[in-house]
Amino acid sequence: MSTLDQNEAIVTPMDEAAGPADTETVGKISIGQYLSDHIRTYGMLIALIVIMVFFTYMTDGTLMRPVNLTNLFLQNSYIIIMAVGMLLVIVAGHIDLSVGSVVGFIGGLSALLIVQWDWPVPLAVLVCLLTGLAIGAAQGYWVAYWKIPSFIVTLAGMLVFAGLTIWLLDGQSIGPFPRNFQLLSTGFVPDPFPFVAEALGLRRFNTLAFLIGLVLSVAIVALAIRARRRHAAFGTEDEPFSFFIGRNVLVVAGIMYVAWLLATFRGLPNVLITMGILIVIYTFLTNATTLGRRIYAIGGNEKAAKLSGIRTDRLTFLTFANMGMLSALAGLVFAARLNSATPGAGRGFELDVIAAVFIGGASMSGGVGTVVGAVVGAFIMGVMNNGMSILGIGIDWQQVIKGLVLLAAVIFDVYNKQKVA
Amino acid sequence: MHDDIILEMRGITKTFPGVKALDDVNLQVRRHEIHALCGENGAGKSTLMKVLSGVYPHGTYDGSILYDGEEMRFSSIRESEQQGIIIIHQELALVPILSIAENIFLGNEIAKRGVIDWHEMWKQTEVLLNRVGLKEKPQTRVDQIGVGKQQLVEIAKALSKDVKLLILDEPTAALQEKDAETLLKLMRELRDRGITCIMISHKLNEIAEVADNITVIRDGHTVSTMPSDRREVLENRIIRDMVGRDLNNRYPARASHIGETLLEVQDWSVRHPIQTDRTIINDVNLNVRAGEVVGIAGLMGSGRTELAMSIFGRSWGGGQTGNVLIDGKMADVSTVPRAIDAGLAYVTEDRKSLGLILDETIVKNTTLAALPKISRRGVLDDTRERHVAEDYRRQLRTRTPSVFQKAGNLSGGNQQKVVLAKWLFSDPKVLILDEPTRGIDVGAKFEIYNIINELAGQGRGVLMISSEMPELLGMCDRIYVMNEGRFVGELTREQASQERIMEAIINAEKVNNHVDA
Repeated sequence: MSTLDQNEAIVTPMDEAAGPADTETVGKISIGQYLSDHIRTYGMLIALIVIMVFFTYMTDGTLMRPVNLTNLFLQNSYIIIMAVGMLLVIVAGHIDLSVGSVVGFIGGLSALLIVQWDWPVPLAVLVCLLTGLAIGAAQGYWVAYWKIPSFIVTLAGMLVFAGLTIWLLDGQSIGPFPRNFQLLSTGFVPDPFPFVAEALGLRRFNTLAFLIGLVLSVAIVALAIRARRRHAAFGTEDEPFSFFIGRNVLVVAGIMYVAWLLATFRGLPNVLITMGILIVIYTFLTNATTLGRRIYAIGGNEKAAKLSGIRTDRLTFLTFANMGMLSALAGLVFAARLNSATPGAGRGFELDVIAAVFIGGASMSGGVGTVVGAVVGAFIMGVMNNGMSILGIGIDWQQVIKGLVLLAAVIFDVYNKQKVA
Repeated sequence: MHDDIILEMRGITKTFPGVKALDDVNLQVRRHEIHALCGENGAGKSTLMKVLSGVYPHGTYDGSILYDGEEMRFSSIRESEQQGIIIIHQELALVPILSIAENIFLGNEIAKRGVIDWHEMWKQTEVLLNRVGLKEKPQTRVDQIGVGKQQLVEIAKALSKDVKLLILDEPTAALQEKDAETLLKLMRELRDRGITCIMISHKLNEIAEVADNITVIRDGHTVSTMPSDRREVLENRIIRDMVGRDLNNRYPARASHIGETLLEVQDWSVRHPIQTDRTIINDVNLNVRAGEVVGIAGLMGSGRTELAMSIFGRSWGGGQTGNVLIDGKMADVSTVPRAIDAGLAYVTEDRKSLGLILDETIVKNTTLAALPKISRRGVLDDTRERHVAEDYRRQLRTRTPSVFQKAGNLSGGNQQKVVLAKWLFSDPKVLILDEPTRGIDVGAKFEIYNIINELAGQGRGVLMISSEMPELLGMCDRIYVMNEGRFVGELTREQASQERIMEAIINAEKVNNHVDA
């Protein structure tokens, strides 16, 4: 506080002449106006909802069946896990093309350790995660300290680890994994309160899943109210109250609906918990910590960040190391889901992950993007994959449509940015 | 009489969301004159020129543009260029790796069925270069000539498009004095050959020298239009109209209370980062005391910025030797974070590319260099951060609708205040200010000077690099003169004068030449 007090003395002779421009009084604005001002924030979320409604209608409700919804989470879990790490890499102004190959390589490594060498699963998981960390660190080293363009370094990594995967597996698939490893992906959290369902007379109802949905809803609403109060205290709140209510009602309704659907199937998939924890941690990291702020600063203007005392090299290095570790986690989840490691596993994943981050509003030049955006982006891709598969659309047209959606999302984003500027 | 007017902009009003950038602005420019457009940063000069040149197309503003007696409704720059209205921006729009000829004819290449006729292009380029008095080959790459000559290439490019009305935005801002003179002379020649010029400038002496008429804009309004006779009263009148009050003293007075030595640099030498056999900074010794404002004078390329950056965490160069003492103790300034911890701050001369994150808010830019002060165990305290940004906005009188405005949307002077806020929040003992008022208008300059005085008054040390000698003379307690990487003179406030600084530089040059020969 002391510096502030000292600096309080700095008042120029033309004291407080700035006048009315000082505090812009924000009048009441309509919901429509607010939405059009914040279209970049809500655009992709609205797109996701529209896409979900569309496919639910087209598939006669199959999309939102509990079993399909559960599958949707399982199918996209590894993409989302990587999208969270890729967001940091892209925000820092880089790219990582090697993540797909690392998924395959770590899958192969886990099969080798667990299936062939009979290592205990926890130890093997730990070794795999550390290997991923080392791979990311190795690539990050060249990018951060030698200023080799990340596109090149990770393109090399993509080739290297694709090759090493085939070498490691000797061109064969290895499987199956023991049951406790499969649980990493296909397991469900057991319901500690089976008596509740019995008491309610519901045949298949996972009370825990429903409860967690409830807790999550309460937490989100509580955080939203707190944020609104703080904004209001500072006079920077411009969200219409009705919009605030509507937004939160929609979010809560969405969460509770999903929780209900999951509860009436097999409950919470383990991997959903993993994902949820990662999303919370990384959202916190990017929004509320000095570390996150500095990563955004690097992407925004690396030279200015460096001259402001930020260790840009070290942070760039760390984002890549982190990406490597998350790729390894995704590799384990993917291997567990397939119940085998195959030489071609993970191929092309990097494109889905990168697409998810860009659909979620991140900027190619760095400095812009959110974790939640990347997750929404991943779900947009995931719902489209899933919906189109149910509709029996061939893989050929699926790719065409996904490509066009990526292009449209980025055009939408750039257009809105220009409109603001 | 009416025929004499080549351009008339009537009642131009342009609003951006939340801001009225131009409010009923009128501008009349006579044929064959140099018309100067003055105003503080953010007054609306550039916006007005963008309206004129079609960057903001017809329909996005109110009011009308009469050009050669006809109403113009430009929907793009291309259309205004077809009418002979050409704008040369402050940041030159040349492609560095292309030749002069290629740049001049970029987009209008002389070609037959898509195949470029190089000989014709070179021939025409030579004619154009002659007209602007530039003695370079058409094949020379643009990055191999200086900024002054690049400016001439831009003008040649405008001539190639058959320019009738040439708009120059801060044409001499980046130029050395000699190049600036050449440019002003050329402008006069162009005028005499029938080209009308509008020039946006902050340099009042230049305006007084070349302009025929002057229009002053303030806060989006036309304040006055005046002819440039009676030079002695002109500059003061322009200043008064620009800032809306009299500025009798351009440099606010400061009662110096000079204390202990805060910063001492001993035998400091630095080599070029790539050509490691070249010594760029040679055996420099300097000191800054508490409450003292110390200047470094010198020509461009004398090594002042390199010296400052090499002290500040070795941000420039390699192979540093020498000592840095802060508060009389040896300080570790080997990295930027260490230099900041040791109590140094460096306000860069290039705020857009080195000082700010233009896409981020004022809040985030303000706290960037001292994030630990607004966080606990690495978790940021938003509320506190906002209060910090708010406090500095008030103290430094940063003009902005809110602290959540992006830094890139601010005018130069306000951007500089954000950079200063960032470094004030890091609470340094010594601030190194590199060209702190470059590209900033008169009113904002005065405010920056006040801030500098306040800093000294708090007992901080200020080391100030500037190319504007009057500024150094007006602000500094002591001035070091630098030439070719060496300190060649030290003058107290009483000794210092423009002549003596130049004398020191010229004497040093003589010695150098002597040694070379």
